[in-house]
Amino acid sequence: MSGENLGRRAWIVWRRNLDVFLKTWRVNLLMPAIEPVLYLLAFGLGVGAYISDIDGVPYIRFIAPALVAISVMNASFFECTYGSYVRMYYQKTFDAIVATPVSIDEVIAGEILWGATRSLISASLMLLVLVLFGVVALPSSLLLIPFAFAAGLLFASIGMCFTSIIPNIEAINYPSFLFITPMLLFSGTFFPLDVLPGVLQTFVLAVLPLAHVVNVCRALTLMSGWELMVLGLAWIAVVTPPVFAIALRLMRRRLVV
Amino acid sequence: MPPIGNLNYSGEHHFLMQERTAICARGLTKRFGGFEAVGAIDFDVAEGEAFGFLGPNGAGKTTTMRMIQCASPRSGGDLRVFGLDPATSPREIKALLGIVPQENNLDTDLTGRENLVSYARYFDIPKARAEDRVEDLLGFMQVREKADVVIESLSGGMRRRLILARALVNDPRILILDEPTTGLDPQARHQIWDRLRTLQAEGRTIVLTSHYMEEAERLCDRLVIMDGGRILARGAPADLVRSRIGRYVIETEQTDAVRACLDRHGIGYEEGGESLHVPVDDPAPVSKTLLDECGAIRLSTRPATLEDVFLSFTGRRLRE
Ligand SMILES: Nc1ncnc2c1ncn2[C@@H]1O[C@H](COP(=O)(O)OP(=O)(O)O)[C@@H](O)[C@H]1O
Ligand SMILES: [Mg+2]
Repeated sequence: MSGENLGRRAWIVWRRNLDVFLKTWRVNLLMPAIEPVLYLLAFGLGVGAYISDIDGVPYIRFIAPALVAISVMNASFFECTYGSYVRMYYQKTFDAIVATPVSIDEVIAGEILWGATRSLISASLMLLVLVLFGVVALPSSLLLIPFAFAAGLLFASIGMCFTSIIPNIEAINYPSFLFITPMLLFSGTFFPLDVLPGVLQTFVLAVLPLAHVVNVCRALTLMSGWELMVLGLAWIAVVTPPVFAIALRLMRRRLVV
Repeated sequence: MPPIGNLNYSGEHHFLMQERTAICARGLTKRFGGFEAVGAIDFDVAEGEAFGFLGPNGAGKTTTMRMIQCASPRSGGDLRVFGLDPATSPREIKALLGIVPQENNLDTDLTGRENLVSYARYFDIPKARAEDRVEDLLGFMQVREKADVVIESLSGGMRRRLILARALVNDPRILILDEPTTGLDPQARHQIWDRLRTLQAEGRTIVLTSHYMEEAERLCDRLVIMDGGRILARGAPADLVRSRIGRYVIETEQTDAVRACLDRHGIGYEEGGESLHVPVDDPAPVSKTLLDECGAIRLSTRPATLEDVFLSFTGRRLRE
């Protein structure tokens, strides 16, 4: 199977998801745009009133890139857990597609590409709000858009790995509470990593993808912290391909019987 | 079709791929863990014929269809679809097949028309040609007036027709239908049968599974009766009836006296649900024996059917 072919047919699967998304685009676009406004008001104005600044950065500017990172994570992770599980198990969409010349690998690759696209859409809408609030640097922050897709590939692949092993849809709560929620709180999102004990900092940087995504986003919106950005990009570039390959393999094991 | 030398065939069965063979299975086996769902079955489907797999629930029909359609890898034996091996040429094979699965799997996020159009993309059919084809198929399956409503609001028969329309978008040479009419009302069933006959007349090969005798009898040129993962009988429906049962079945009382009397006369019978079934070619002498010597009072004679054959091979035990 050639890589070119895997790519081309995966995009046909991706297209099916885009078509469905566009059928209800109003709701689909409104939700990710409202969320950051709420966060900015609650954290920036509310919490921020008690925190003057962090390392010389106003609190609202400190959390703005983290909000983008969290939305990138949520969009792709939940698309490739809840969304993919419903299509796979309840709607039998994957079964229908693999009865055509499209292979199961291409279906899963298409789902992951779509998950990453959801990240890109969420990050773009969020960026729009942040620009309107004037809390991110321009034009460097525009790079968040392509980066959201790359980071989305990672979270989508992670989500797909869980989807391939869970026995039922309720089981998505386990990765959601045990992995996503702690990561959302301890990845240098709402407070800087260096307040954590050294060993915990090392742990976070070694295994939590969100920490690296936050670092990259923050470098782009604050125009500083470039070493962390390089580390983050390298970490994501190294980890994504094997996780993607594992997702394909686990899905094949689940579906090809 | 590739020459035989390219088949890379190994195993003890040696067979020639005939020009007109659509599907060929030798010793085809499927195991799920330690459980053998399909046990070393052999069959050949000729191009252009309607071939049936008749069997009770759990017989292994769906498993066999899934191996043919490259959805499920075989555990043993050999399988060819137009000479191609599902293990190595799934893409080429799937391009030639139209699949109607046992479980409806229309995309409920899309309308019927969108289902067909998006399906055509997976076969790389150019957009304009796909749209024309979809229009034709919506007409052919008589689903056009409901083509733009959500799938949830469609009746079972309508969904089945849409799935059949979807299976035809790539102009398949073989149609594989897993219980195409289970759960449908008689009108919907007859309509699907009618469409399938038309499709066969166009030269397409039809492979279907069923546990409806009438469906198999009406549609299939040849069929196999499967149970417990094995093929118990094979042939044209009429030949199977003639050779296994005979021309007629006499139904009579299920009493010990009648059984003993039939045994005494060496006349074979089967336990029916509410009567004894006595298969015969010439009903007159056996009827006379039953009336005069066995003390039977209720007697009725009817033509033998495929159902008699089916029950005589698969028994009356209830299935899952
Ligand atoms: N994925 C599977 N894992 C384990 N057993 C299976 C699986 N699929 C089918 N079976 C078993 O294989 C047997 C044949 O099933 P199936 O082919 O669906 O029968 P049919 O279609 O004739 O009703 C049944 O006993 C069924 O429970
Ligand atoms: Mg079945």
